Amino acid sequence: MRKLFVLLFGLILAGSVLAKEAPPAVPDPALEKRTMALAEELRCLVCQNQTIADSHAELAIDLKNQIREKLKAGMSEEQILQFMVARYGDFVLYKPPVKATTVPLWFGPFALLFGALAGLFYYLLRRRRSAAPQPLSEAEQARVQALLDSPEERR
Amino acid sequence: MVPELGHFALILALCIALVQSTLPLAGAARGNDAWMALARPAAQAQCLFIALAFGCLTYAFVSNDFSVKYVAEHSNTQLPLAYRVAGVWGGHEGSLLLWTLMLGLWMFAVSIFSRSLPQEMVSRVLSVMGMIGVGFLLFMLFASNPFERLLPAAADGRDLNPLLQDPGMVFHPPMLYMGYVGFSVAFAFSMAALIDGRLDATWARWSRPWTTVAWSVLTLGIALGSGWAYYVLGWGGWWFWDPVENASFMPWLVGTALIHSLAVTEKRGAFRSWTVFLAILAFSLSLLGTFLVRSGVLTSVHAFATDPKRGIFILVFLAVVVGSSLTLFAWRASKVGLGGRFALVSRESMLLTNNALLLVAAGAVLLGTLYPLVLDAFGLGKISVGPPYFEAVFVPLMAPALFLMGIAPLARWKQASLPELAVRLRWALAVSFAAAIIVPLAMGHWSTMVGFSLLLAAWIAATSVVNLKAKLAHAPKGGIGARLAQLPRSYYGMLLAHLGIAVFIVGVALVKGYEAETDVRMEVGDTAHLHGYTFRFTAINEVKGPNYTSERGTIEVTRGAEPVVTLNPEKRLYTVQNMPMTEAAIDAGFTRHLYVALGDSITPTAWVVRIYHKPFIGWIWGGCLLMGIGGLLAAFDRRYRARARAGSAQLTTAAGLNASPAR
Amino acid sequence: MLRARFLIPLAVFAVVVGILGVGLTLDPREVPSPLINKPAPAFNLPQLAQPDKTISQKDMLGKVWLLNVWASWCVSCREEHSTILELARSGVVPVLGLNYKDERADGLAWLARLGNPYQISAYDRDGRIGIDYGVYGVPETYVIDKAGVIRYKRIGAVTPEVVRDKILPLVKELNGNA
Repeated sequence: MRKLFVLLFGLILAGSVLAKEAPPAVPDPALEKRTMALAEELRCLVCQNQTIADSHAELAIDLKNQIREKLKAGMSEEQILQFMVARYGDFVLYKPPVKATTVPLWFGPFALLFGALAGLFYYLLRRRRSAAPQPLSEAEQARVQALLDSPEERR
Repeated sequence: MVPELGHFALILALCIALVQSTLPLAGAARGNDAWMALARPAAQAQCLFIALAFGCLTYAFVSNDFSVKYVAEHSNTQLPLAYRVAGVWGGHEGSLLLWTLMLGLWMFAVSIFSRSLPQEMVSRVLSVMGMIGVGFLLFMLFASNPFERLLPAAADGRDLNPLLQDPGMVFHPPMLYMGYVGFSVAFAFSMAALIDGRLDATWARWSRPWTTVAWSVLTLGIALGSGWAYYVLGWGGWWFWDPVENASFMPWLVGTALIHSLAVTEKRGAFRSWTVFLAILAFSLSLLGTFLVRSGVLTSVHAFATDPKRGIFILVFLAVVVGSSLTLFAWRASKVGLGGRFALVSRESMLLTNNALLLVAAGAVLLGTLYPLVLDAFGLGKISVGPPYFEAVFVPLMAPALFLMGIAPLARWKQASLPELAVRLRWALAVSFAAAIIVPLAMGHWSTMVGFSLLLAAWIAATSVVNLKAKLAHAPKGGIGARLAQLPRSYYGMLLAHLGIAVFIVGVALVKGYEAETDVRMEVGDTAHLHGYTFRFTAINEVKGPNYTSERGTIEVTRGAEPVVTLNPEKRLYTVQNMPMTEAAIDAGFTRHLYVALGDSITPTAWVVRIYHKPFIGWIWGGCLLMGIGGLLAAFDRRYRARARAGSAQLTTAAGLNASPAR
Repeated sequence: MLRARFLIPLAVFAVVVGILGVGLTLDPREVPSPLINKPAPAFNLPQLAQPDKTISQKDMLGKVWLLNVWASWCVSCREEHSTILELARSGVVPVLGLNYKDERADGLAWLARLGNPYQISAYDRDGRIGIDYGVYGVPETYVIDKAGVIRYKRIGAVTPEVVRDKILPLVKELNGNA
């Protein structure tokens, strides 16, 4: 009876030792990190504006698998993005490529900034040189005097 | 019966709105007191009827009246009560009614808190708001009726989207809409000024608190949305530059420019036509946002499901409101005048630069949001513009504005001296550089992005301290407590709001630079480690909720030997729509969040668990909260309420003095 | 008095409204194919009905043909099926099927029940070839010319109007260049 007890106790002890440090969810975390980094730049085509990293759609999962395989096979990030663009067009990139049609997009804000600051500077300079305020008329002068002479307002 | 009552209330509200938009305006032009006197009661009655309609729709939801089509589409008998109420604004029709309700409430507020405003001004303001009400009520009654019947009634509803079954849904849309619609008050004030042909410092003093409150509420509304996305989407993201998010951010940026511009118009009488333009722009962007969410023109997770017919209506409404206001602006802005003079280096010019920078930033966001549409419209192909673009463009644009934030509050009105400012600020600059170098190294490793961001944040904080010290030094004698108490609320509002931005930047920079994550496969009993914390997966249980079933994990977190917290991430399945949802478990600490989410279950006993350590992420929303509080503090400054004491006689004198000389 | 510069905001707004108006007629979710006028991506897949035989796009060189991507789980495919059947029966253009991410048994049963318009169906179990063709939502249909170049892609169900207005004229034109 006691032997049984000891055996049971030993098994329980062994069982608790089996509770381990959790292994990574994927066999190759470094590869997964690169996959996800790339997946976050690509748009899920069947979703309402999500990256394929965030999406659980089947196509998104398929594409993530493709990315992982290609990274493992040695393709570069740039090559994989080109792979996707060749099949789905520029729509699949969340960072729009710089081409003739996107020049206004990429350079517009800075052109706008430059233009706004330049315009502002020019405007401020021009105002500085504009005429001094017109002198008050007789009637206005009298009103000013009346107000100044009236009892002090409480602050 | 009740839905019909609600429908009828909307029709009555429309009739009142039609009266409100015409007679008081005509009365102001003709000097007809009787017509002008209609404005306030009309606004109040309109608000009442819209509220009644809203109440009827809420009743339909709460009582599970599935003979109303909208209720059948967005509710369910098993939906908890809070979400049945929140479900009222869960879809297109109901959210429009919420929008209109907010308009009614703002109208009501204006009608009450404007006792000492000139009668003509109140009439014009309320008329313009009435016109906006007419547009929305017409839209609802003809194209988006929330009270449309579904006969035969559905046995049960299709349930509210599980993503929306969350406390966030209760607070975020109402706050957001309150902010959006609040800009209609500044808009109406601007229209009134253009129609009148007069705009003075008094006008600015009247419009300013309304605009600041709207801005504060919008800040809080956007922050709530961001926080909600953070904990509900399961990936810890909090801003995606999604078209609908941008649609709320653009009015915010312009609104920020507006409150600063109003400050100058109030204090110095300058920037008048510019302020009017900004008010029009801010509200136009609010309306544009309404269009983008509901028209189907852009793809977004936040978009309502609608048809193009509705899109046309909103576009026409947008074109009419904004088009007519910009036409009025083009025609009358020069009458309003330019205002006071100021030097090239002065607080005015710095604020104007701030405005320019904010507007360029808003323009960049607008460009990025609409560009795919522009290319498609011209047949030049389809592209996507997402976070990589916005982050690359927005941050460099804002950096100069943030730098300026430190200098402008110290600059003098009308004429400031750069050398003098440099002397006053040299220590602040030194401290900022020190902080920018020390903190990243203390956090673990150097990052230029973090360093630069912290430089700006520390700069804002340090210059605020310099500013406060200077203000205290100039205050009349007394202990520090007495001197602090003497400073106006609006000053503290500014200080708090600016500090809020600094806090926000710190949060963003540190979490982006030093976030840690680990994805592990856990069975019951397993442990994982991250950033000095130990996560032990102790149990997984099946839990039944009111309208969902859930797998609920228990994760015990310890640090060394000290227990920290027990977290319960869940994987839910909402039964009606058969939709899975991840409920992350977050331990929200002041200096870090521990974020745990369940991934897929590999076997019934083994789960993928995602664990994140996010340093200082709470500061993102903390900063927004400070901004919102700062704004509200400034809006309730005593001087806005002193006007009741001052009486209208003094105001007329002030108005006469400030009227522009040349007509 | 009207100053020119105050009109600028109105002008900009008018342009924006114009663009938004055009936007209402467009579908932001439709992704046009970059493969138009490019060679059809190569494939060498097992046939659906006869797994030991293969089918390749090379087999169709010299002919104008249609590639229709379908699946038994796809609801819209059911809607367009009668149109595809009619087109195939008319004999104007051969139609090949690409059974996308489906179970072989399910695909065959679907064809048996609803009719088989395809000369041959290629079986793309894991969807790789679909990705090569830029498939993102079934059904999708390609018109490929005698040199093996994709000339037209229809995203979504093929309707009789699409057949009449787009597919048939194009096929006729491509065949006329003999």
